[in-house]
Amino acid sequence: MTITGTYIKYYKVCFRKLWLFHHKIEMEHNSELVAEGSFIGEKSYPQRAERYREMLIDGSKIDFYDPYNKVVHEIKKSDKLEHSHVAQVQFYLYLLWKNGVKGATGLIEYPKLRQTQTVTLAEEDISQVENWVSEIERIVESEQCPGRIAKSRCRSCSYFEFCYAEEE
Amino acid sequence: MKQTKYLMNPGRLSRQDHTLKFTPVDEAGNEGQPRFLPVEQVSDLYVFGSLDANSALYNFLGKEGIAVHFFDYYEHYTGSFMPREYLLAGKMQVEQTKHYTFPKKRIVLARAFVEGAATNILRVLKYYDNRKTGSLADAIATIEQLMASIPLVPDVPTLMGIEGNIRQIYYRCFDAILGETFCLDGRSKRPPQNELNAMISLGNMLCYSACLGMIYHTQLNPTISYLHEPGARRYSLALDMAEIFKPILIDRLIFRMVNKRQLQPSDFRMEVEGCLMKESARKRFVQEFDASLKETIKHRSLGRSVSYKHLIKLECYKLQRHLLGIDAYKPFKAWW
Ligand code: SF4
Repeated sequence: MTITGTYIKYYKVCFRKLWLFHHKIEMEHNSELVAEGSFIGEKSYPQRAERYREMLIDGSKIDFYDPYNKVVHEIKKSDKLEHSHVAQVQFYLYLLWKNGVKGATGLIEYPKLRQTQTVTLAEEDISQVENWVSEIERIVESEQCPGRIAKSRCRSCSYFEFCYAEEE
Repeated sequence: MKQTKYLMNPGRLSRQDHTLKFTPVDEAGNEGQPRFLPVEQVSDLYVFGSLDANSALYNFLGKEGIAVHFFDYYEHYTGSFMPREYLLAGKMQVEQTKHYTFPKKRIVLARAFVEGAATNILRVLKYYDNRKTGSLADAIATIEQLMASIPLVPDVPTLMGIEGNIRQIYYRCFDAILGETFCLDGRSKRPPQNELNAMISLGNMLCYSACLGMIYHTQLNPTISYLHEPGARRYSLALDMAEIFKPILIDRLIFRMVNKRQLQPSDFRMEVEGCLMKESARKRFVQEFDASLKETIKHRSLGRSVSYKHLIKLECYKLQRHLLGIDAYKPFKAWW
Protein backbone atom coordinates (compact mmCIF):
# COMPACT_ATOMS: atom_id res chain seq x y z
CA MET A 1 0.00 0.00 0.00
CA THR A 2 1.30 3.43 -0.94
CA ILE A 3 0.66 6.14 1.57
CA THR A 4 0.73 9.61 0.12
CA GLY A 5 0.64 13.09 1.58
CA THR A 6 -3.11 13.17 1.06
CA TYR A 7 -3.50 10.14 3.35
CA ILE A 8 -1.59 11.93 6.06
CA LYS A 9 -3.63 15.08 5.64
CA TYR A 10 -6.96 13.24 5.78
CA TYR A 11 -5.80 11.15 8.70
CA LYS A 12 -5.30 14.36 10.61
CA VAL A 13 -8.68 15.73 9.58
CA CYS A 14 -11.07 12.79 9.84
CA PHE A 15 -10.68 9.00 9.83
CA ARG A 16 -13.86 8.54 7.85
CA LYS A 17 -12.65 10.88 5.15
CA LEU A 18 -9.44 8.87 4.99
CA TRP A 19 -11.31 5.60 4.72
CA LEU A 20 -13.67 6.84 1.99
CA PHE A 21 -10.82 8.38 0.03
CA HIS A 22 -8.86 5.14 0.21
CA HIS A 23 -11.84 3.22 -1.15
CA LYS A 24 -12.21 5.74 -3.94
CA ILE A 25 -15.57 6.96 -2.75
CA GLU A 26 -14.89 10.48 -3.83
CA MET A 27 -17.28 13.26 -4.48
CA GLU A 28 -17.52 14.81 -7.92
CA HIS A 29 -14.67 17.10 -8.68
CA ASN A 30 -15.47 20.57 -7.63
CA SER A 31 -14.00 22.26 -10.66
CA GLU A 32 -14.03 25.67 -9.04
CA LEU A 33 -11.75 24.58 -6.23
CA VAL A 34 -9.40 22.83 -8.58
CA ALA A 35 -9.21 25.88 -10.80
CA GLU A 36 -8.51 28.12 -7.85
CA GLY A 37 -5.75 25.84 -6.66
CA SER A 38 -3.90 25.86 -9.91
CA PHE A 39 -4.37 29.58 -10.25
CA ILE A 40 -2.59 30.19 -6.99
CA GLY A 41 0.17 27.85 -8.00
CA GLU A 42 0.68 29.46 -11.37
CA LYS A 43 0.28 33.12 -10.70
CA SER A 44 1.64 33.66 -7.25
CA TYR A 45 5.13 32.34 -7.90
CA PRO A 46 5.95 32.86 -11.55
CA GLN A 47 9.69 32.42 -11.10
CA ARG A 48 9.65 29.21 -9.12
CA ALA A 49 9.92 26.75 -11.99
CA GLU A 50 13.70 27.06 -12.37
CA ARG A 51 14.61 26.52 -8.78
CA TYR A 52 12.14 23.86 -7.80
CA ARG A 53 11.76 20.34 -8.85
CA GLU A 54 8.81 18.01 -8.76
CA MET A 55 9.79 14.85 -6.91
CA LEU A 56 8.29 11.41 -6.78
CA ILE A 57 9.48 9.64 -3.68
CA ASP A 58 8.11 6.29 -2.48
CA GLY A 59 4.97 6.94 -4.48
CA SER A 60 4.34 10.38 -3.00
CA LYS A 61 4.61 13.48 -5.08
CA ILE A 62 6.28 16.56 -3.72
CA ASP A 63 5.35 19.41 -6.02
CA PHE A 64 8.05 21.90 -5.16
CA TYR A 65 11.34 20.69 -3.82
CA ASP A 66 14.37 22.90 -3.73
CA PRO A 67 17.32 20.47 -3.84
CA TYR A 68 19.98 23.15 -3.25
CA ASN A 69 18.58 24.37 0.02
CA LYS A 70 16.82 21.08 0.81
CA VAL A 71 13.46 22.76 1.29
CA VAL A 72 10.07 21.25 0.62
CA HIS A 73 7.57 23.92 -0.38
CA GLU A 74 3.88 23.42 -0.04
CA ILE A 75 1.33 26.00 -1.16
CA LYS A 76 -2.09 25.97 0.43
CA LYS A 77 -5.08 27.92 -0.75
CA SER A 78 -6.70 27.52 2.64
CA ASP A 79 -7.53 30.68 4.54
CA LYS A 80 -6.32 29.29 7.79
CA LEU A 81 -3.25 27.47 9.01
CA GLU A 82 -4.01 23.81 9.43
CA HIS A 83 -2.44 21.26 11.66
CA SER A 84 -2.93 18.68 8.89
CA HIS A 85 -0.75 20.66 6.49
CA VAL A 86 2.16 20.53 8.88
CA ALA A 87 1.73 16.77 9.24
CA GLN A 88 1.71 16.38 5.50
CA VAL A 89 5.00 18.25 5.10
CA GLN A 90 6.55 16.37 8.00
CA PHE A 91 5.65 13.22 6.15
CA TYR A 92 7.54 14.48 3.09
CA LEU A 93 10.53 15.29 5.24
CA TYR A 94 10.31 11.81 6.67
CA LEU A 95 10.33 10.29 3.18
CA LEU A 96 13.38 12.37 2.30
CA TRP A 97 15.09 11.33 5.50
CA LYS A 98 14.35 7.69 4.83
CA ASN A 99 15.86 8.08 1.39
CA GLY A 100 19.08 9.55 2.70
CA VAL A 101 18.35 13.29 2.61
CA LYS A 102 19.09 14.48 6.12
CA GLY A 103 18.30 17.90 7.52
CA ALA A 104 15.69 18.99 5.01
CA THR A 105 13.09 21.51 6.14
CA GLY A 106 9.67 22.52 4.95
CA LEU A 107 7.93 25.77 4.22
CA ILE A 108 4.17 26.02 3.90
CA GLU A 109 2.99 29.10 2.10
CA TYR A 110 -0.46 30.56 2.47
CA PRO A 111 -0.75 33.16 -0.28
CA LYS A 112 -4.22 34.16 0.85
CA LEU A 113 -2.99 34.87 4.36
CA ARG A 114 0.38 36.19 3.20
CA GLN A 115 1.91 33.91 5.78
CA THR A 116 4.40 31.10 5.85
CA GLN A 117 5.01 28.32 8.30
CA THR A 118 8.30 26.54 8.80
CA VAL A 119 8.28 22.80 9.37
CA THR A 120 11.07 20.63 10.70
CA LEU A 121 11.47 16.97 11.46
CA ALA A 122 13.15 16.35 14.80
CA GLU A 123 14.45 12.97 15.92
CA GLU A 124 11.37 12.26 17.99
CA ASP A 125 9.06 13.22 15.13
CA ILE A 126 10.30 10.31 13.08
CA SER A 127 8.73 7.63 15.22
CA GLN A 128 5.60 9.72 15.37
CA VAL A 129 5.33 9.76 11.58
CA GLU A 130 5.88 6.01 11.60
CA ASN A 131 2.99 5.73 14.02
CA TRP A 132 0.75 7.71 11.72
CA VAL A 133 1.60 5.41 8.85
CA SER A 134 0.74 2.24 10.73
CA GLU A 135 -2.44 3.83 12.11
CA ILE A 136 -3.47 4.79 8.59
CA GLU A 137 -2.92 1.25 7.39
CA ARG A 138 -5.02 -0.09 10.20
CA ILE A 139 -7.87 2.34 9.49
CA VAL A 140 -8.13 1.91 5.76
CA GLU A 141 -7.81 -1.85 5.90
CA SER A 142 -10.61 -2.12 8.38
CA GLU A 143 -13.88 -3.52 7.05
CA GLN A 144 -15.79 -0.89 8.98
CA CYS A 145 -15.97 2.73 7.86
CA PRO A 146 -15.04 4.98 10.82
CA GLY A 147 -17.69 7.15 12.45
CA ARG A 148 -18.38 10.82 11.84
CA ILE A 149 -16.63 13.63 13.63
CA ALA A 150 -18.29 16.72 15.08
CA LYS A 151 -20.72 18.21 12.59
CA SER A 152 -19.40 21.73 13.03
CA ARG A 153 -16.09 20.62 11.57
CA CYS A 154 -17.80 18.85 8.67
CA ARG A 155 -19.50 21.83 7.10
CA SER A 156 -16.78 22.54 4.59
CA CYS A 157 -15.89 18.93 3.90
CA SER A 158 -16.66 17.62 0.41
CA TYR A 159 -18.31 14.59 2.03
CA PHE A 160 -20.70 16.69 4.09
CA GLU A 161 -23.80 15.65 2.14
CA PHE A 162 -22.61 12.09 1.87
CA CYS A 163 -22.28 11.86 5.63
CA TYR A 164 -25.29 13.86 6.73
CA ALA A 165 -28.14 13.27 4.28
CA GLU A 166 -30.67 11.48 6.47
CA GLU A 167 -34.36 10.84 6.91
CA GLU A 168 -36.11 11.58 10.15
CA MET B 1 -24.87 25.88 -12.51
CA LYS B 2 -25.17 22.83 -14.71
CA GLN B 3 -28.60 22.08 -16.07
CA THR B 4 -30.48 19.44 -17.94
CA LYS B 5 -31.16 20.54 -21.49
CA TYR B 6 -34.09 19.20 -23.45
CA LEU B 7 -33.94 18.99 -27.22
CA MET B 8 -37.54 18.82 -28.31
CA ASN B 9 -37.13 19.67 -31.98
CA PRO B 10 -35.28 17.84 -34.72
CA GLY B 11 -31.89 19.22 -35.60
CA ARG B 12 -28.16 18.80 -35.61
CA LEU B 13 -25.88 18.99 -32.62
CA SER B 14 -22.22 19.74 -33.11
CA ARG B 15 -19.21 20.95 -31.24
CA GLN B 16 -17.77 24.38 -31.69
CA ASP B 17 -14.74 24.83 -29.44
CA HIS B 18 -16.10 24.58 -25.94
CA THR B 19 -19.66 25.12 -26.94
CA LEU B 20 -22.47 22.90 -28.16
CA LYS B 21 -24.19 24.17 -31.24
CA PHE B 22 -27.73 23.11 -31.97
CA THR B 23 -29.06 23.82 -35.45
CA PRO B 24 -32.76 23.12 -35.83
CA VAL B 25 -33.69 21.43 -39.08
CA ASP B 26 -37.32 21.37 -40.19
CA GLU B 27 -39.09 18.59 -42.06
CA ALA B 28 -38.19 20.07 -45.44
CA GLY B 29 -34.54 20.08 -44.41
CA ASN B 30 -34.24 23.83 -43.89
CA GLU B 31 -31.85 24.95 -41.21
CA GLY B 32 -32.99 27.39 -38.58
CA GLN B 33 -31.11 29.83 -36.40
CA PRO B 34 -28.49 27.90 -34.39
CA ARG B 35 -28.46 28.03 -30.60
CA PHE B 36 -25.29 27.83 -28.55
CA LEU B 37 -24.89 26.09 -25.20
CA PRO B 38 -21.63 26.51 -23.30
CA VAL B 39 -20.71 22.99 -22.28
CA GLU B 40 -20.11 23.85 -18.64
CA GLN B 41 -23.78 24.76 -18.33
CA VAL B 42 -24.98 21.32 -19.39
CA SER B 43 -25.36 18.41 -16.97
CA ASP B 44 -27.16 16.08 -19.38
CA LEU B 45 -29.25 16.11 -22.52
CA TYR B 46 -32.72 14.69 -23.14
CA VAL B 47 -33.41 14.17 -26.79
CA PHE B 48 -36.99 13.96 -28.04
CA GLY B 49 -36.77 15.13 -31.62
CA SER B 50 -34.59 13.34 -34.13
CA LEU B 51 -30.99 14.33 -33.71
CA ASP B 52 -28.06 14.40 -36.07
CA ALA B 53 -24.69 14.13 -34.42
CA ASN B 54 -21.33 12.55 -35.16
CA SER B 55 -18.84 10.62 -33.08
CA ALA B 56 -16.65 13.68 -32.57
CA LEU B 57 -19.54 15.22 -30.68
CA TYR B 58 -20.03 12.12 -28.55
CA ASN B 59 -16.33 12.00 -27.77
CA PHE B 60 -16.59 15.55 -26.59
CA LEU B 61 -19.69 14.85 -24.49
CA GLY B 62 -18.00 11.78 -23.07
CA LYS B 63 -15.01 13.79 -21.99
CA GLU B 64 -17.23 16.37 -20.37
CA GLY B 65 -19.22 13.69 -18.54
CA ILE B 66 -22.50 14.60 -20.21
CA ALA B 67 -25.05 11.78 -20.59
CA VAL B 68 -27.61 11.82 -23.39
CA HIS B 69 -31.00 10.17 -22.92
CA PHE B 70 -33.11 9.36 -25.98
CA PHE B 71 -36.86 9.12 -26.33
CA ASP B 72 -38.65 7.90 -29.41
CA TYR B 73 -41.62 9.34 -31.24
CA TYR B 74 -43.96 7.68 -28.78
CA GLU B 75 -42.10 9.22 -25.87
CA HIS B 76 -40.65 5.92 -24.84
CA TYR B 77 -37.25 5.98 -23.34
CA THR B 78 -35.08 4.15 -25.83
CA GLY B 79 -31.60 4.37 -24.37
CA SER B 80 -28.76 6.51 -23.19
CA PHE B 81 -25.33 7.53 -24.17
CA MET B 82 -23.39 7.21 -20.96
CA PRO B 83 -19.93 8.70 -20.75
CA ARG B 84 -17.18 6.40 -19.58
CA GLU B 85 -17.68 5.85 -15.90
CA TYR B 86 -15.41 8.31 -14.25
CA LEU B 87 -16.07 7.59 -10.62
CA LEU B 88 -15.27 3.92 -10.43
CA ALA B 89 -14.64 2.36 -7.08
CA GLY B 90 -13.95 -1.34 -6.69
CA LYS B 91 -15.12 -1.46 -3.09
CA MET B 92 -18.46 0.08 -4.00
CA GLN B 93 -19.03 -2.37 -6.87
CA VAL B 94 -18.21 -5.36 -4.74
CA GLU B 95 -20.55 -4.25 -1.95
CA GLN B 96 -23.30 -3.49 -4.42
CA THR B 97 -23.00 -6.98 -5.87
CA LYS B 98 -22.92 -8.63 -2.45
CA HIS B 99 -26.14 -6.94 -1.52
CA TYR B 100 -27.71 -8.37 -4.62
CA THR B 101 -26.38 -11.91 -4.35
CA PHE B 102 -27.24 -12.46 -0.70
CA PRO B 103 -31.05 -12.74 -0.57
CA LYS B 104 -31.11 -11.56 3.03
CA LYS B 105 -29.30 -8.38 2.13
CA ARG B 106 -31.25 -7.86 -1.06
CA ILE B 107 -34.69 -8.08 0.48
CA VAL B 108 -33.82 -5.36 2.99
CA LEU B 109 -33.15 -2.89 0.21
CA ALA B 110 -36.03 -4.06 -1.96
CA ARG B 111 -38.39 -3.54 0.99
CA ALA B 112 -37.00 -0.07 1.56
CA PHE B 113 -37.75 0.94 -2.01
CA VAL B 114 -41.35 -0.30 -1.83
CA GLU B 115 -41.81 1.24 1.57
CA GLY B 116 -40.52 4.58 0.30
CA ALA B 117 -42.76 4.43 -2.75
CA ALA B 118 -45.81 3.56 -0.65
CA THR B 119 -45.12 6.31 1.88
CA ASN B 120 -44.91 8.89 -0.86
CA ILE B 121 -48.02 7.50 -2.53
CA LEU B 122 -49.86 7.92 0.77
CA ARG B 123 -48.58 11.50 1.03
CA VAL B 124 -50.12 12.29 -2.31
CA LEU B 125 -53.38 10.53 -1.55
CA LYS B 126 -53.78 12.15 1.84
CA TYR B 127 -53.31 15.58 0.35
CA TYR B 128 -56.07 14.98 -2.19
CA ASP B 129 -58.21 13.20 0.37
CA ASN B 130 -58.26 16.40 2.40
CA ARG B 131 -59.36 18.39 -0.57
CA LYS B 132 -61.90 15.87 -1.74
CA THR B 133 -63.36 15.41 1.73
CA GLY B 134 -62.53 11.86 2.50
CA SER B 135 -63.33 10.21 -0.80
CA LEU B 136 -60.00 8.38 -0.80
CA ALA B 137 -60.18 7.11 2.77
CA ASP B 138 -60.83 3.49 1.77
CA ALA B 139 -57.92 3.37 -0.62
CA ILE B 140 -55.65 4.93 1.98
CA ALA B 141 -56.65 2.38 4.58
CA THR B 142 -56.06 -0.53 2.21
CA ILE B 143 -52.66 0.76 1.17
CA GLU B 144 -51.71 1.23 4.82
CA GLN B 145 -52.66 -2.36 5.48
CA LEU B 146 -50.62 -3.60 2.57
CA MET B 147 -47.72 -1.50 3.74
CA ALA B 148 -47.83 -3.08 7.16
CA SER B 149 -47.07 -6.43 5.57
CA ILE B 150 -43.91 -5.22 3.83
CA PRO B 151 -41.52 -5.92 6.72
CA LEU B 152 -42.73 -9.53 6.78
CA VAL B 153 -42.42 -10.47 3.12
CA PRO B 154 -39.87 -13.24 2.68
CA ASP B 155 -38.78 -12.65 -0.90
CA VAL B 156 -38.71 -10.23 -3.78
CA PRO B 157 -41.48 -11.80 -5.91
CA THR B 158 -43.94 -11.58 -3.00
CA LEU B 159 -42.85 -8.03 -2.42
CA MET B 160 -43.40 -7.22 -6.08
CA GLY B 161 -46.91 -8.62 -5.71
CA ILE B 162 -47.65 -6.24 -2.84
CA GLU B 163 -46.15 -3.39 -4.73
CA GLY B 164 -48.39 -4.22 -7.69
CA ASN B 165 -51.46 -4.24 -5.45
CA ILE B 166 -50.59 -0.89 -3.94
CA ARG B 167 -50.10 0.61 -7.34
CA GLN B 168 -53.38 -0.77 -8.61
CA ILE B 169 -55.31 0.77 -5.76
CA TYR B 170 -53.39 3.97 -6.21
CA TYR B 171 -54.12 4.26 -9.90
CA ARG B 172 -57.80 3.68 -9.23
CA CYS B 173 -57.74 6.85 -7.14
CA PHE B 174 -56.60 8.88 -10.12
CA ASP B 175 -60.14 9.06 -11.47
CA ALA B 176 -61.39 10.55 -8.23
CA ILE B 177 -58.54 13.04 -8.11
CA LEU B 178 -58.84 14.13 -11.69
CA GLY B 179 -62.61 14.20 -12.11
CA GLU B 180 -64.24 13.39 -15.38
CA THR B 181 -61.80 14.89 -17.85
CA PHE B 182 -59.53 11.91 -18.11
CA CYS B 183 -60.15 8.39 -17.12
CA LEU B 184 -57.44 5.89 -16.42
CA ASP B 185 -59.38 2.69 -16.99
CA GLY B 186 -56.61 0.46 -15.82
CA ARG B 187 -53.00 1.13 -16.48
CA SER B 188 -51.88 0.20 -19.97
CA LYS B 189 -48.26 0.66 -20.74
CA ARG B 190 -47.06 -0.33 -24.14
CA PRO B 191 -48.64 1.39 -25.88
CA PRO B 192 -50.60 3.67 -23.57
CA GLN B 193 -54.29 3.29 -24.45
CA ASN B 194 -55.58 6.57 -23.13
CA GLU B 195 -54.48 10.06 -22.22
CA LEU B 196 -53.70 9.47 -18.60
CA ASN B 197 -51.59 6.47 -19.41
CA ALA B 198 -49.71 8.52 -21.95
CA MET B 199 -48.94 11.13 -19.28
CA ILE B 200 -47.84 8.53 -16.76
CA SER B 201 -45.61 6.80 -19.29
CA LEU B 202 -43.86 9.96 -20.30
CA GLY B 203 -43.56 11.14 -16.71
CA ASN B 204 -42.18 7.85 -15.45
CA MET B 205 -39.59 7.85 -18.16
CA LEU B 206 -38.50 11.35 -17.27
CA CYS B 207 -38.19 10.32 -13.64
CA TYR B 208 -36.20 7.22 -14.56
CA SER B 209 -33.77 9.26 -16.65
CA ALA B 210 -33.38 11.84 -13.91
CA CYS B 211 -32.46 9.06 -11.47
CA LEU B 212 -30.07 7.53 -13.95
CA GLY B 213 -28.44 10.91 -14.49
CA MET B 214 -27.83 11.32 -10.76
CA ILE B 215 -26.59 7.76 -10.24
CA TYR B 216 -24.00 8.45 -12.87
CA HIS B 217 -22.52 11.18 -10.68
CA THR B 218 -21.78 8.71 -7.89
CA GLN B 219 -19.82 5.46 -7.75
CA LEU B 220 -22.97 3.38 -7.88
CA ASN B 221 -23.29 0.97 -10.74
CA PRO B 222 -26.70 1.61 -12.35
CA THR B 223 -27.03 -1.97 -13.61
CA ILE B 224 -27.10 -3.63 -10.18
CA SER B 225 -30.52 -3.29 -8.58
CA TYR B 226 -32.53 -4.80 -5.75
CA LEU B 227 -36.26 -4.46 -6.23
CA HIS B 228 -36.22 -4.85 -9.98
CA GLU B 229 -34.26 -7.73 -11.38
CA PRO B 230 -30.99 -6.48 -12.86
CA GLY B 231 -31.55 -6.58 -16.58
CA ALA B 232 -35.24 -5.68 -16.31
CA ARG B 233 -33.83 -2.66 -18.00
CA ARG B 234 -30.20 -1.97 -18.56
CA TYR B 235 -30.06 0.58 -15.77
CA SER B 236 -32.38 -1.13 -13.35
CA LEU B 237 -31.09 0.67 -10.28
CA ALA B 238 -32.64 3.80 -11.75
CA LEU B 239 -35.96 1.91 -11.82
CA ASP B 240 -35.61 1.12 -8.12
CA MET B 241 -34.91 4.72 -7.24
CA ALA B 242 -37.61 6.09 -9.53
CA GLU B 243 -40.24 4.20 -7.52
CA ILE B 244 -39.60 6.51 -4.62
CA PHE B 245 -39.74 9.73 -6.57
CA LYS B 246 -42.52 9.02 -9.07
CA PRO B 247 -45.45 9.90 -6.78
CA ILE B 248 -43.84 13.15 -5.68
CA LEU B 249 -42.33 14.28 -8.96
CA ILE B 250 -44.60 12.86 -11.62
CA ASP B 251 -48.06 12.11 -10.26
CA ARG B 252 -48.40 15.41 -8.50
CA LEU B 253 -47.28 17.10 -11.69
CA ILE B 254 -49.99 15.32 -13.68
CA PHE B 255 -52.69 16.23 -11.15
CA ARG B 256 -51.58 19.83 -11.09
CA MET B 257 -51.48 20.18 -14.84
CA VAL B 258 -54.81 18.50 -15.45
CA ASN B 259 -56.59 20.30 -12.65
CA LYS B 260 -55.28 23.64 -13.87
CA ARG B 261 -56.35 22.67 -17.38
CA GLN B 262 -52.80 22.91 -18.68
CA LEU B 263 -53.46 19.53 -20.23
CA GLN B 264 -56.75 18.80 -21.98
CA PRO B 265 -58.14 15.94 -24.01
CA SER B 266 -57.43 17.96 -27.15
CA ASP B 267 -53.70 17.72 -26.32
CA PHE B 268 -53.76 14.03 -27.19
CA ARG B 269 -54.14 12.07 -30.34
CA MET B 270 -55.18 8.48 -30.83
CA GLU B 271 -53.07 6.51 -33.20
CA VAL B 272 -53.01 2.86 -34.10
CA GLU B 273 -50.06 2.50 -31.76
CA GLY B 274 -51.93 4.04 -28.88
CA CYS B 275 -52.54 7.40 -27.31
CA LEU B 276 -49.95 10.14 -27.82
CA MET B 277 -49.38 13.51 -26.30
CA LYS B 278 -49.17 16.14 -29.00
CA GLU B 279 -45.90 17.91 -29.38
CA SER B 280 -46.87 21.24 -27.85
CA ALA B 281 -48.34 19.54 -24.81
CA ARG B 282 -45.31 17.35 -24.43
CA LYS B 283 -43.14 20.44 -24.41
CA ARG B 284 -45.24 21.98 -21.66
CA PHE B 285 -45.12 18.76 -19.68
CA VAL B 286 -41.35 18.45 -19.93
CA GLN B 287 -40.98 22.11 -19.05
CA GLU B 288 -43.09 21.72 -15.94
CA PHE B 289 -41.18 18.60 -14.99
CA ASP B 290 -37.92 20.46 -15.31
CA ALA B 291 -39.26 23.33 -13.24
CA SER B 292 -40.23 20.94 -10.46
CA LEU B 293 -36.77 19.35 -10.50
CA LYS B 294 -35.32 22.78 -9.87
CA GLU B 295 -37.71 23.63 -7.08
CA THR B 296 -35.97 23.68 -3.75
CA ILE B 297 -36.90 22.64 -0.27
CA LYS B 298 -35.06 23.09 2.97
CA HIS B 299 -33.42 19.78 3.80
CA ARG B 300 -33.87 18.91 7.42
CA SER B 301 -30.73 17.02 8.27
CA LEU B 302 -28.46 19.15 6.10
CA GLY B 303 -30.01 22.47 7.03
CA ARG B 304 -29.58 23.68 3.46
CA SER B 305 -31.88 24.25 0.56
CA VAL B 306 -31.70 21.51 -2.01
CA SER B 307 -33.51 21.00 -5.29
CA TYR B 308 -35.63 17.95 -5.99
CA LYS B 309 -33.00 16.88 -8.46
CA HIS B 310 -30.40 17.08 -5.75
CA LEU B 311 -32.62 15.03 -3.46
CA ILE B 312 -32.15 12.18 -5.90
CA LYS B 313 -28.42 12.47 -5.50
CA LEU B 314 -28.72 12.49 -1.73
CA GLU B 315 -30.68 9.28 -2.10
CA CYS B 316 -27.70 7.78 -3.89
CA TYR B 317 -25.45 8.80 -1.01
CA LYS B 318 -27.75 7.18 1.51
CA LEU B 319 -27.78 4.02 -0.53
CA GLN B 320 -23.99 4.07 -0.70
CA ARG B 321 -23.78 4.40 3.06
CA HIS B 322 -26.00 1.36 3.42
CA LEU B 323 -23.93 -0.67 0.99
CA LEU B 324 -20.73 0.27 2.80
CA GLY B 325 -22.26 -0.83 6.09
CA ILE B 326 -22.23 2.69 7.55
CA ASP B 327 -25.92 2.90 8.34
CA ALA B 328 -29.22 1.40 7.28
CA TYR B 329 -30.88 2.91 4.24
CA LYS B 330 -34.06 4.82 4.95
CA PRO B 331 -35.89 5.85 1.81
CA PHE B 332 -36.76 9.44 1.14
CA LYS B 333 -40.15 10.36 2.55
CA ALA B 334 -41.84 13.56 1.55
CA TRP B 335 -42.83 15.41 4.66
CA TRP B 336 -44.91 18.18 3.15
S1 SF4 C 1 -18.29 15.20 6.54
FE1 SF4 C 1 -17.28 15.10 8.52
S2 SF4 C 1 -17.43 12.96 9.09
FE2 SF4 C 1 -17.84 13.06 6.92
S3 SF4 C 1 -15.86 12.72 5.96
FE3 SF4 C 1 -16.12 14.92 6.11
S4 SF4 C 1 -15.14 15.46 8.02
FE4 SF4 C 1 -15.44 13.25 8.08
